[in-house]
Amino acid sequence: MAGDGVMSSYWRGVRDGFPFLLVIGPFGMLFGVLGTEAGLAIHETLAFSVVVIAGAAQFTALQLMTENAPTLVVIASALAVNMRVAMYSASLTPHLGGLPLWKRGIVAYFLVDQTYASSLLEYEKRPDQTLDRKFAYFLGVMTPICPPWYVFTLAGAMLGESIPPGLGLDFALPIAFIAMIGPLLRTPAHRIAALVAVILALAFAWVPFNLGLIIAGMGGMIAGAQAEVRLGSTP
Amino acid sequence: MSGTPELWLVIIALGIGSFGLRFAFLGLVGDRTLPDWLLRHLRYTAVAILPALVAPLVVWPTATGGDPDPTRLAAATATFVAGYVTKNVFLAMGTGVAVLVGLGALL
Repeated sequence: MAGDGVMSSYWRGVRDGFPFLLVIGPFGMLFGVLGTEAGLAIHETLAFSVVVIAGAAQFTALQLMTENAPTLVVIASALAVNMRVAMYSASLTPHLGGLPLWKRGIVAYFLVDQTYASSLLEYEKRPDQTLDRKFAYFLGVMTPICPPWYVFTLAGAMLGESIPPGLGLDFALPIAFIAMIGPLLRTPAHRIAALVAVILALAFAWVPFNLGLIIAGMGGMIAGAQAEVRLGSTP
Repeated sequence: MSGTPELWLVIIALGIGSFGLRFAFLGLVGDRTLPDWLLRHLRYTAVAILPALVAPLVVWPTATGGDPDPTRLAAATATFVAGYVTKNVFLAMGTGVAVLVGLGALL
């Protein structure tokens, strides 16, 4: 009977994760195409998606590498973009902290925006589930999200091989980033953080080694945190 | 960039770093909470880094050798406005690409 409960949790997870395919598919394809256009081999683009498994961070690294930014700046910037997963990790700990270490390792590897959002919602709705069922639900949500991320990246990379270079795709990556920014600007503090970051990025664009990006990023974070305190808004 | 040790260094370092960020609390810290001031700054990392990354690319595009370009500026503005108003990433991308291609054909 315990096994039935675990399986039903797993399948509920699969069902809840399924709609995210609509987001994962186009994004994975886009990363694959742009990776190939940036000059990566198919297996290198795929390795990015399997090893790093973080959309926005992968796009950031790709953009900075095409600008020949120093390796350390590429790594620091991409990790900064991905910093939010540390907060996801902290927020799931009360629910999954009791799992054996290797299972927490599996959860950590598959912890992305969509798996986090779905499982947190589930754990808050059904807090009394056993740990096994919570873990099964997480694996269920992950199933239609993470493996498709690899598959769509691969498909995009193969498609990218057949697209001739110089088709005006130079601006596709900036467009993708800008499209991601709008929905992030939820509160006044977020808008102030973004605005300050833009001004600083333009003012410090002359700084070598793309360090202007780091200056602007830190300035934007400080501005956002300050604005949150002064405006008294907690997102 | 392809086939260079630097590329694999980036992939592996980002893999380890991303896993580290994800594993930090779940695996190591347990139930202890982070100081408020740190969480407050972490909330704004993505919303600061992404605009900072993209702003110079919009104002001084690589493809034009760094000269401001009305087509790209218009496409960037349209993408941002569509994303901000609709909160839909793909609608925003579609709008931006349509403006980029449309104006590119006109000008």
